[in-house]
Amino acid sequence: MLNGILEFEKPLLELERKIQELRAFSKEKGIDLIDEIKTLENKAIIMKKEIYSNLSSWEKVQLARHPQRPSTLDYIKLIFDDFLELHGDRLYGDDKSIIGGLANLDGLNVTFLGYQKGRDTKENIVRNFGMPHPEGYRKALRLMKQAEKFSRPIICLIDTPGAYPGIAAEERGQGEAIARNLLEMSLLKVPIIAVIIGEGGSGGALALGIGDKIAMLEHAVYSVSSPEACAAILWKDASKAQQAANVLRMTAQNLKELEVIDDIISEPLGGAHRDYAQIGSMLKAFLRENINCLSEKNIDNLLEERYNKLRRIGAFTQRLEE
Amino acid sequence: MCALGGNKMQWKDLFKVKPKYITVNPDLMKKQEAKQIADKKDVAEGLWFKCEDCGEIIYNRELDRNLKVCFKCGHHFRLSSLERLALLLDQESFWEYDANLQSEDPLEFTDLKKYPDRLTAAQQSTGLLEAVVTGEGKVLGHDVVIGAMDFNFMAGSMGSVVGEKLARAIEQAIEKKLPVIICSCSGGARMQEGMLSLMQMAKTSAALGRLHQAGLLYISVLTDPTTGGVTASFASLGDIIIAESGALVGFTGRRVIEQTIRQKLPQNFQTAEFLLEHGMVDMVVERKDLKATIGKILDLHNGAEGGLAGA
Repeated sequence: MLNGILEFEKPLLELERKIQELRAFSKEKGIDLIDEIKTLENKAIIMKKEIYSNLSSWEKVQLARHPQRPSTLDYIKLIFDDFLELHGDRLYGDDKSIIGGLANLDGLNVTFLGYQKGRDTKENIVRNFGMPHPEGYRKALRLMKQAEKFSRPIICLIDTPGAYPGIAAEERGQGEAIARNLLEMSLLKVPIIAVIIGEGGSGGALALGIGDKIAMLEHAVYSVSSPEACAAILWKDASKAQQAANVLRMTAQNLKELEVIDDIISEPLGGAHRDYAQIGSMLKAFLRENINCLSEKNIDNLLEERYNKLRRIGAFTQRLEE
Repeated sequence: MCALGGNKMQWKDLFKVKPKYITVNPDLMKKQEAKQIADKKDVAEGLWFKCEDCGEIIYNRELDRNLKVCFKCGHHFRLSSLERLALLLDQESFWEYDANLQSEDPLEFTDLKKYPDRLTAAQQSTGLLEAVVTGEGKVLGHDVVIGAMDFNFMAGSMGSVVGEKLARAIEQAIEKKLPVIICSCSGGARMQEGMLSLMQMAKTSAALGRLHQAGLLYISVLTDPTTGGVTASFASLGDIIIAESGALVGFTGRRVIEQTIRQKLPQNFQTAEFLLEHGMVDMVVERKDLKATIGKILDLHNGAEGGLAGA
């Protein structure tokens, strides 16, 4: 990928460039080409629809990882009226790959958590490529417990390649930190909404992914392991990632079908990175509607439903005794 | 196929006390045949075993009698789920749950082989339907609900059935007010069931959340190896966590970390002893002491079920 241009977008960008040229030519020479331009523009719209409604799993992976794709920090600006970041897990440190804090959504106070990747190398070093250490998950848990104490709904935005694979992470109990969040989130007495906005990579993503509503943006992906890792393990060849992406069933559409997620939030034509304002308002509308709906429920019922939802996931049969 | 019938066979074998075979002197055998056998892999199959740690050649039956621990270096070989249950439970006390649950192929997953073919192969080689055996039994007279994972079944990976069987077992324990013991042994989530596998981490952890609320004890036993999604869910959530000597336990595999940070990892990285040093487990216990240790925990815990509120 060069300058954020994806391979499958090229014919479209080529057509858009032609339209531009035609316009310039028409203006320069004073020739009326309105009809021709109109025809091409219609063609471009059709092409756009065609491309973006038929993306392969691998193309979605690329789109989900697009460097211009709106991130947690962008959504904080787009969605909330007010936001105050809170730091640290009170045990070890502050993990900058997870942002947490208090936010106001149209007059309603919520606790907000989101994974943050970087847009360039410098940002990525600060954010550790959106890959948390245990202290990131423990900060998130501290803030979620605080939300429970003050009866604030919790919103989690997920965008991470996975938990950080390093010595320090293992020494401080990466597995325990993720496991603890899974257990505690299943019991928290406030509504939780989790949305996968880009890449949901493995247990590192699931650690903030338990909720009463779990949604994905239209072109987001969520998988048991990255396609690269899956290819390396099963095909013993990391270059088979495209094939792996396909068999892993990791798109929002696949996961709705498998009943792993509840909802899909539509993206602007061409992907979230093409129109920040529009995706911001779509996500905001989704959050508002669902928080209202979940807040009305009796908390015992809410917890029962949260549990049952997890209990139902899976595919198996009973073999009859021979 | 009858899984339970299969259990009983291996069960009795393990409890056989009267040796019908000749006791061998390992030193003598070593002198006479070690070199010859070590070089020939096939010959060792079934009768002889070469310790993967120290290279000692061990007579297979002797190894079994020593609970599959090397006489010379103390290396703990992996146990199958049934061997693990036989190690921990009182004789003839086991009642298996959900023996007939088996995986589907929800993703129609094919890598180098088709998933159903891999399942069939694993079922045939292990005599099990899935990578965990669950049920209830007695440990030194204490009633418990127990689960034991089997690494021989697709690397003990957790798919829908493993998650479901464990969740059901935990729910049974809540209903019957029994403590839970889970012996983990797993490469992590099962890739071939994609996100359905990952969500079993959430399912089992949520079930343990309910066990916790019910005030019931959960003892997690980490055996070699316990990694990935299993480490990042039920294996790490024990009220008391025991690691078996020499077990490798971690979230990310050694190889992946080495590739990421581009340096060699220390020898003891992610060993049971490493975990103890970093405060991640309550104790490291040798296999020969495991049953007695669990028994002692249950003794010390006895009467505390349901806490003071229950009194």
